[in-house]
Amino acid sequence: MDIVLQQLVNGLTLGSVYGLIAIGYTMVYGIIGMINFAHGDVYMVSAYITAIAIAILTFFGIESFPIIIVGTLFLTVAVTGAYGWVIERIAYRPLRSSSRLAVLISAIGMSLILQNYVQLSQGANQQGVPTLLTGAIRFSVGDGFVQITYMKLFILFVSLLGMGILTYVIQKTKLGRMCRATQQDRKMASILGIDTDKVISTVFVIGAVMAALAGVLVTLDYGAFDFYVGFIIGIKAFTAAVLGGIGSLPGAMLGGLILGLSEALFAGLISSDYKDVFSFSLLVLILIIRPSGLLGKPEVEKV
Amino acid sequence: MSQAVGINFKKSSIDAFIAGLMALVLFGPIVGVVLDGYGFNAEFGRVAWIVAIVAVGRFVMSSFMQTEKGIALAFRYANNDDGVTVLPPGHKSKMVWIIPLVVVIGLVLPFVASKYVLTVIILGLIYVLLGLGLNIVVGLAGLLDLGFVGFYAIGAYGLALGYENLGLGFWSMLPIAAIMAAVAGAILGFPVLRMHGDYLAIVTLGFGEIIRLILTNWASFTHGPNGVSAPLPTFFGLEFKRRSSEGTFHEFFNLPYDSAYKYMFIYLVLFAVVWAVLFIKHRLVKMPIGRAWEALREDEIACRSLGLNHVLVKLSAFMIGASTGGLAGVFFATYQGFVNPSSFTFFESALILAIVVLGGMGSTLGVVIAAFCLTVLPEMLREFAEYRVLMFGILMVVMMIWKPRGIVRVTRTGFSPKKGVAK
Amino acid sequence: MNQENILAVENLVMHFGGIKALNDVTFNIKRGSVSALIGPNGAGKTTVFNCLTGFYKATGGKIQLSAGGKETSIIKVLGEPFKATDFISPVAFVSRLKYKMFGGSHLVNRAGLSRTFQNIRLFKEMSVVENLLVAQHMLVNRSLVAGILNTKGYQKAEEEALERAFYWLGVVDLVDSANRLAGELSYGQQRRLEIARAMCTNPEIVCLDEPAAGLNPSETEALTKMIRVLRDEHNTTVLLIEHDMGMVMDISDYIVVLDHGEVIAKGGPDDIKSNPKVIAAYLGAEEGEEVTL
Repeated sequence: MDIVLQQLVNGLTLGSVYGLIAIGYTMVYGIIGMINFAHGDVYMVSAYITAIAIAILTFFGIESFPIIIVGTLFLTVAVTGAYGWVIERIAYRPLRSSSRLAVLISAIGMSLILQNYVQLSQGANQQGVPTLLTGAIRFSVGDGFVQITYMKLFILFVSLLGMGILTYVIQKTKLGRMCRATQQDRKMASILGIDTDKVISTVFVIGAVMAALAGVLVTLDYGAFDFYVGFIIGIKAFTAAVLGGIGSLPGAMLGGLILGLSEALFAGLISSDYKDVFSFSLLVLILIIRPSGLLGKPEVEKV
Repeated sequence: MSQAVGINFKKSSIDAFIAGLMALVLFGPIVGVVLDGYGFNAEFGRVAWIVAIVAVGRFVMSSFMQTEKGIALAFRYANNDDGVTVLPPGHKSKMVWIIPLVVVIGLVLPFVASKYVLTVIILGLIYVLLGLGLNIVVGLAGLLDLGFVGFYAIGAYGLALGYENLGLGFWSMLPIAAIMAAVAGAILGFPVLRMHGDYLAIVTLGFGEIIRLILTNWASFTHGPNGVSAPLPTFFGLEFKRRSSEGTFHEFFNLPYDSAYKYMFIYLVLFAVVWAVLFIKHRLVKMPIGRAWEALREDEIACRSLGLNHVLVKLSAFMIGASTGGLAGVFFATYQGFVNPSSFTFFESALILAIVVLGGMGSTLGVVIAAFCLTVLPEMLREFAEYRVLMFGILMVVMMIWKPRGIVRVTRTGFSPKKGVAK
Repeated sequence: MNQENILAVENLVMHFGGIKALNDVTFNIKRGSVSALIGPNGAGKTTVFNCLTGFYKATGGKIQLSAGGKETSIIKVLGEPFKATDFISPVAFVSRLKYKMFGGSHLVNRAGLSRTFQNIRLFKEMSVVENLLVAQHMLVNRSLVAGILNTKGYQKAEEEALERAFYWLGVVDLVDSANRLAGELSYGQQRRLEIARAMCTNPEIVCLDEPAAGLNPSETEALTKMIRVLRDEHNTTVLLIEHDMGMVMDISDYIVVLDHGEVIAKGGPDDIKSNPKVIAAYLGAEEGEEVTL
């Protein structure tokens, strides 16, 4: 019983992180119908920037947790956002009118570039960050106990805050209205005077920013990372996006939570060696049974 | 164009400044601050170089694009649509001369080349097989398969584990591995291929990873990360080992033992198989099934309206591609004498995809050339080995933007009407 | 096997989410006739077509095709959801599973119905002849072994296919463009090639979706002749959607008028011309739409 509860807690945080990354996939898919293959690697870059930001801040003798965290968040979000913008500008925009296959291959190329470039400049070894936030709340359940670290609470808080702000931006602001219009009909939106290229760029930046949030949170929690971390977590987040219904923002968040919870339960109760196999199999199953996902609209073929 | 074309250097400078600033933001932290434990080493010199190169490059490009030549180039790029040509009926390809020449050179090669050169060429040929297999799936049928390495692994582990558990040798595993890979392709493909194209990429990617994870984690069967040894091929029952109870090749022919014999033999078998696959592929593209693959790539809905079962047609491409991958896996295992999961990472799939992309989707000749370029060149330029993946990535992006059809032009056969047909 | 009617549509209903595109559409198409489906924009003509040709799975109703010596239920071959009774009767279960796994719009074509598309769908990067060869996929020798070994039987089948392709190129007057890429053809040529391609599947009924759209008057006239050839020389039933009323009235034996997803009139050209409902639908439908009834 305590294992189940503990895994539920772990799954909840894991799921909220998946949700954050899935937002990038789902928004980009919604707006230009492509799978941004390099998104997982954008997350990876943000993990490095987090560590670099912490290293720089501690180098200047800053030790208070709130300042470090705010500084790191700010730096990581800014730089990763720039990455999102530049990736779209270089690798995707010239291919706006090309076949889907061409764009997808270009995205895979971008993913390889990011991985190898980070590996070349930072070395292939695992890197780490110091533990900044310690302590936990413990409940005893039956014979055992359930532990919720402050870090996990912090992850939940920040990711929910991030999703909340994003939902507000998309639903209530002019920018969000432009995004939604472009998603519905790009041609019509551009006829109505929306600079759709700019909107698409913005969406990439938003996706990168959300991935950066996830990168900061996960890196602070786990401590260790290398240039390859983006790959697996990228596929998981994509699974979450598909599970929730690709193109749907609340779907990405819901999908992330469901995937995180089920994966944590599988790892805790059945086998942690095969938890990645579990997630991939889940992806295949969803695509077979319900390709439109939980909250997505079924695609009507245009004949 | 009555307007005089002058270069607006102010615009170029602004472009260069923005590009440089962007480069500083992007490369500053990652390149300039190298993590070292919880501290870091500053490497600002590298950043300065990169930023300078980007800014100058942008300036030059921006200026060039304002000249007449640049405008003409941009115009040509925007109207770059001349990809495919139809050959006139009865066209005689120059290949009639080139092919026998290549065959002769290929047959002489093992007897003159050094062992090292031979091993490199064997590797090149293995990638030719992989490239051909994936080219059927991606180039002809237009299905992006990112888990191709999974079929490669099935072939390689099929040989190693088949030998260990069932005592099956190279020759029996060669067809069995091809069939096994095809069956795996069918099981994976049947549910997945009716879905929208992009999902296929992710699902196959997941499949490749599942295979690798199983190979790594199912230690009781696959020996996990330690790997398994694989047998060598035999020459009519004779082995290429130094000693064997079954009789060895060098003893039978009264030759001194030389480890190069096994590579020669593997090379010759592989050479024959590559030609067989080339021939089959050459036939396939002219057959109804090959036409159906290409038609499906062009327009799936139209295909369905013409009575083609799109799932089965895709599945056939997927299975034939997979079985070629399985064949390549068997050769890889026997050539290495040993397999472990680290040979079957996503990078390998990406490399094969790079071969197909560079060679030209659908072009057989292009794939052969690209396979050799991408496997033999890195062997020769070992000091740049670290940059290999980066180069592949850049190659993929640049090729998609600049020449999405690859280096070799795709041509189509022309048909002439038979005499007496109503005009 | 219904001798008189090749196609029977009964109470066809099609909903997209909450949108009711078709309510209760019923009509029959006589064997060997040229029939037209007309109506103002948004009346649901193309939706009817997509249901008939199996690209949309109708929400309700029946579509019965009597061709090739047998009756085909188009909704059934697309694969219906399982029903509770299927789990008791193994035969029904297996048949349902078969269509679920292997069913789809291609079976509609194999049953003897082919179609063209409103926005032309050719295999643009393949040559004109190859477009027609692909269409004969079900008629040629598809054996892998025979093809790789290039056997006599295979060669013969390929030659016959080529001959049939050139025959149809002759009918649509495209022999000179046989070895051009389909995407390079002019608009009118592409329309004709699409009809030839549909005919290469040896259908008993061919559905043409706005075949005259974008054609100039002389091309339209040639098209009219061609459609008559299809009916008279090849015994093919033709069903078309068309906005060019002159052409529709000229060649149709039977006309079905749709408006707002419902059949408002059916009958011969003369009945339709004088039908007040049809005139109201057209004149009231959209301002500025050119109608000459």
